[in-house]
Amino acid sequence: MEDELLEDILATFKGERNELVPILQEVQENLGYLPEKAMLEIAKFICVPESHVYSVASFYAQFRTLPLGRKRVAVCRGTACHIRGAPQVLNTIEKTIGLRESETSEDLEYTLETVACIGCCALAPCIRINKEVSGEMTSEKARGLFHVKEEGGEGAE
Amino acid sequence: MPNKRHTVLVCEGTGCVSGGSEQAFSLLRDELGRSGHDEDILVKRTGCHGFCQQGPLIVIEPEGIFYTKVKTDDLPEIIQSLSPGGKPLKRLFYRDPASDKPIRYYREIPFYSKQERTILKYCGSIDPEELTDYLGIGGYEALRKAISDMSPERVISEVKNSGLRGLGGAGFPTGRKWESCRNAPGTIKYVICNADEGDPGAFQDRSVMEGNPHSVIEGMIIAAYAVGAEKGFIYVRAEYPLAVNRLKIAVEQARQEGFLGNHILDSDFSFDLDIFQGAGAFVCGESTALVRSIEGKRGIPKVMPRSRTTEEGLWNKPTLLNNVKTFANIPLIITNGAGWFTQRGTEKSKGTAVFSLTGKVVNCGLIEVPMGATLRKIIYDIGGGVPGDRALKAVQTGGPSGGCLPADMIDMPVDFDSLTKAGSIMGSGGLVVMDEDTCMVDVARYFLDFNQRESCGQCIPCRLGTRQMFEILNDITKGNGRPGDIDLLFELSESIKKSSICGLGKTASNPVLTTLRYFRSEYDAHIHEKRCPAGVCNINGS
Repeated sequence: MEDELLEDILATFKGERNELVPILQEVQENLGYLPEKAMLEIAKFICVPESHVYSVASFYAQFRTLPLGRKRVAVCRGTACHIRGAPQVLNTIEKTIGLRESETSEDLEYTLETVACIGCCALAPCIRINKEVSGEMTSEKARGLFHVKEEGGEGAE
Repeated sequence: MPNKRHTVLVCEGTGCVSGGSEQAFSLLRDELGRSGHDEDILVKRTGCHGFCQQGPLIVIEPEGIFYTKVKTDDLPEIIQSLSPGGKPLKRLFYRDPASDKPIRYYREIPFYSKQERTILKYCGSIDPEELTDYLGIGGYEALRKAISDMSPERVISEVKNSGLRGLGGAGFPTGRKWESCRNAPGTIKYVICNADEGDPGAFQDRSVMEGNPHSVIEGMIIAAYAVGAEKGFIYVRAEYPLAVNRLKIAVEQARQEGFLGNHILDSDFSFDLDIFQGAGAFVCGESTALVRSIEGKRGIPKVMPRSRTTEEGLWNKPTLLNNVKTFANIPLIITNGAGWFTQRGTEKSKGTAVFSLTGKVVNCGLIEVPMGATLRKIIYDIGGGVPGDRALKAVQTGGPSGGCLPADMIDMPVDFDSLTKAGSIMGSGGLVVMDEDTCMVDVARYFLDFNQRESCGQCIPCRLGTRQMFEILNDITKGNGRPGDIDLLFELSESIKKSSICGLGKTASNPVLTTLRYFRSEYDAHIHEKRCPAGVCNINGS
């Protein structure tokens, strides 16, 4: 299924070298990460060495070469968030879901990451779960957010 | 404004969306449709109003009633209040933090009344996804004027006369940059909008793109006409999905109306642009790194000596690269003339500055003031001062390349040159307020951590130097600082500054140098007394 999806994605591009970043973005958007096999195919498609694809994929913060959790938790470490308590929020989330920064849980439920800035500085500190941003975060709010989700599963949001 | 009794403006900037404003918009629209009120009440989505902290925001026009922290439960009552004889909902008014007095109209709220909005003027009053709204405020008239009445040289001289300087941070005169790109030999040229707002603690470019995307696009088209480019890119961070989406919509609309594409407005001039999503690398704000990124490479700056990007940029062709706000200023300058633009600002910095005012300040949000406004005006008159009874300690400008200025400098007028003289930089407009509970050594450590993570790794002074500085600062904040650390920090700062390839390395030590310059005693307390005066650092597990 992944193979077909990859084929469909590549079909929307021309196969030019300068399309590498958009291709990687599109593949990650659909597959959730960049599997080795996909990177090898992309290298063939745009006629560059495989090492070039990996060098670009490993350069940019957006790209992941390992599968991600269903819930991607991103804690903002922008300046406004930092001085308004982001380190404490990160610490609380790490303890609550039992993961350190850049880790994914074995059951692929959560991935915990930090991001440079979500751009919601006026609501600092903020976190993002998948595409949803929650502002004015506190350790207490964060604890509640993850406990509810733990107990109630998918539908409890 | 269409002929309806009321217009309900629902803010759909990223901040308010996180508070549920998208649902509020649909609910309002459905409810008004169901009750038949949509005959005389128009609901409109807008971009960021700037006062994100009070969101979700709803404004009722023509009165200008300002509702804060609106929840879906409040919506039926808001609709009720709009029927004949209805009364505004006092409980949703903004309350002045000092007097607790409710303020009904946005124009009376100090956060807004003390600003002077030109770039942001229509962010919050037009629907960014409707071209007709932009046309309704005179949109694309500047483009029409440039193409039909002005030669490219005239456009450039108008921009030069305005004194506009690049609002991405460095403040290079925009007109001169355009002229150098126009004069560069070659028939293929590119125009790129740098919307890779990687500075943590800044969101002004995001808000402009979300609130008034056509103003940026119009500025780019005029620039392309002036320098002779046929192809352009908007390089926008993938972390800003809403901005990306609105830009895509706007580009498509501009194409359909003939503002982009072949023979723009029936002239001989053709130009089209694509949106390129940056994949998250702070160094890509640097022009040569950004260009390489679009070419499908690692975003690594070119080594010196090299030609300017205006001569040799994207695919080695002359390339004009400007920031979002720089482009957004262009239609205003062309429409109103350079003379209008120079009315605001200081001798060497004309026009306005947009800041993301955040941190330990009562009113957080996006603000616009004339260049030369004092930090006092920004922090106290607009920002409402520091919350609680805490004392102001410092103001950080320019992000990881900038510095921290002490509280006693708040009467300094803010422009490109005054900030540089004080050891900081204007940067793209992040302005983070810090109070006595903020530890300046921790802040320096924070920025060095950021810079060493974001170093592209190409040159050794930056890759290893920033790492060493970070380790030293880390030790100091943990109570393991040693005598001599400060001298070592100075020495490292100097050599990294002198020997790094690009701006990231050259400015990476600014946060350390300014905190050492103005807050030396805090470093001494950490190193010699093993004490964090602000009580932030976890010294020896205390």
